[in-house]
Amino acid sequence: MRELAYYEAKFEALDEIMAADQRVHLINGTFLSLSPHRHVFQNLKQKYGERIVAPPISELGFCGLATGAAMAGLRPIVDLSTGSFIYEAWPQVANEAANAFSMSGGQTRVPVVFHLFHGLRGGGAAQHSGSPQGMLWNCPGLEIAIPSSPRDVKGLLKSAVASDNPTIFVDHTRLLDIRGEVPENDKPIPFGVADIKRTGRDVTVVATSYTVQVALGAAATLAQEGIEVEVVDPRTLVPFDLATILKSVEKTHRVVIADETHQSCGVAAEIAARISESGFDKLTAPIRRVSTLDVPVPYSPPLEAHIGPSEERISNAVRATLA
Amino acid sequence: MVSRNDKTSELLEVFRRMWLIRAFEEKASLLYAERQIAGLLHLSIGQEAVAVGACSLLRKNDYVFGAHRSHGHAIACGADIDKLMAELAGRATGYCGGKGGSMHIVAKETGFVTATGVVGGTIPLALGAAFAAKERKNGQLAVVFFGDGAGQAGAFHESLNIASLWKLPAIFVCENNGYAEFTPLSAHTKVERLAQHAETYGIVASTVDGNDLFAVRQVMARAIKKCRNNKGPVFVECLTHRMRGHYEGDPAKYRELSQLAEWKKQDPIVRVERALRKKKLATSQELEAIEAEARALVEKAAEFALTSPLPAAEEIVRDVMT
Repeated sequence: MRELAYYEAKFEALDEIMAADQRVHLINGTFLSLSPHRHVFQNLKQKYGERIVAPPISELGFCGLATGAAMAGLRPIVDLSTGSFIYEAWPQVANEAANAFSMSGGQTRVPVVFHLFHGLRGGGAAQHSGSPQGMLWNCPGLEIAIPSSPRDVKGLLKSAVASDNPTIFVDHTRLLDIRGEVPENDKPIPFGVADIKRTGRDVTVVATSYTVQVALGAAATLAQEGIEVEVVDPRTLVPFDLATILKSVEKTHRVVIADETHQSCGVAAEIAARISESGFDKLTAPIRRVSTLDVPVPYSPPLEAHIGPSEERISNAVRATLA
Repeated sequence: MVSRNDKTSELLEVFRRMWLIRAFEEKASLLYAERQIAGLLHLSIGQEAVAVGACSLLRKNDYVFGAHRSHGHAIACGADIDKLMAELAGRATGYCGGKGGSMHIVAKETGFVTATGVVGGTIPLALGAAFAAKERKNGQLAVVFFGDGAGQAGAFHESLNIASLWKLPAIFVCENNGYAEFTPLSAHTKVERLAQHAETYGIVASTVDGNDLFAVRQVMARAIKKCRNNKGPVFVECLTHRMRGHYEGDPAKYRELSQLAEWKKQDPIVRVERALRKKKLATSQELEAIEAEARALVEKAAEFALTSPLPAAEEIVRDVMT
């Protein structure tokens, strides 16, 4: 099968989306953060320049603009680049876009996509390493997609743009150069369908975004010790595929959740709550969370490495559930 | 002043709309006092000339955005007052099925895209509609109403800058009623006229007597023409006054009674009535009939609202996601 880099798959999706639908506009950013592969954005700009705009550094203004444009019939995709910058646009994302459909009794559709790069990036420190998806999961009305592979980023991005709901597209710069299989003419990946990234019988590791890749690394190490980990990637937080996870837990009876949001009220906390509410009888050990420690992200590399969901921390948590 | 371009029938229609707003708001005030309406209720009594003056010149496919004090804007766009009153009363038959309430009116079919409970919240949204309108190159435009309190918000400044930079067909209508919630404007900013901000961003701006329907219409007609010819955006500051408190129940002790009395003399409805009489465009009987008709329609709307069912519990999970 054809293999692509993650960023190539993502831009193949953007190209196909823009070719297929004149209503799609790209607002701000390059969808690459500071990645050196800028040429792919330039290619897109040459093809669809009139539908790509670069606003001033006014996240509140341009996220509101995108929301209003969606209300008026366009399908904008906004790149906030660094995920922490969505805090600047919070009133428009969390209080206008998320609420509009319900608040209007179903009159107002807001087909906008807010794309951002979350998480630890190497020296981003506290203000450029945010993972706002936990907070955003607390805003009913938003859909949240969170890919971890080249095939998923392409398929999920297509579904995000096709959705009539405001959608948060949570990306990670450490995924951009990962390579993986992407079939030609692949179908969009529907929201709410988890993917088993590695099968195993002993412990279920639910992981999201780049942490899926970290979890796969941990699984390889643990396999050498005779521990078979099943890595489940929900792929979207809203809607959330609990059924696939519970099916895995039925087999393994043990769960570790690995995710880069901060621990308190984070993504892992919510997933743990859902599993214990619906699958408590299947568990033989407490659910363990491997989240980012509850401290502002420190700058210095060893400190940063210490607080995130590393292979070592995930492996230790898996071992602990088996102890 | 009544201008030569104003047709009598059109002016009477505009006057009817002003009365409809006034009667609606007065009835809403009574229903609120009777606890038939919950939550926060912000009335626009005294500001009717701005809403009607601006909206009476728009096309059906233009986009109108309101703020938290926006029943009048929706009515000025032609909203169904039965559904509007039902929404205020939290009924299933309301515009938003009872999920929005007074501050979140949406009357999509009239061009009234949305109100908002957040000061300055709709200003960037209106930019987006103007952005979409500009794409279509069909003369569509977006109008957004907001108060003087929004002039100190970041959303306001970011939006003015982008609108100017991209020449978006947006008309910013500032209803400067002198009070940001409970505080006189002078306590919030040294900038006396909000139009000054627009000039900073290179946007054509004017300040107009917002209680003078004809003046508002004149300025708006120019603004609309500019936007339709792709020469937008435009900023229109309307100096006005709300006769009620910030919300129903606000004792408004921050306002001098003499000031209120002074503004009552400037009542926009009385002023239109006077002008129509003076120009002999309507008889006293005709003008009285317009008021009576508005009050009757509003009574009917209240009756509809209060006899409508409350939303069923299963509605909670409907329309959260498409």
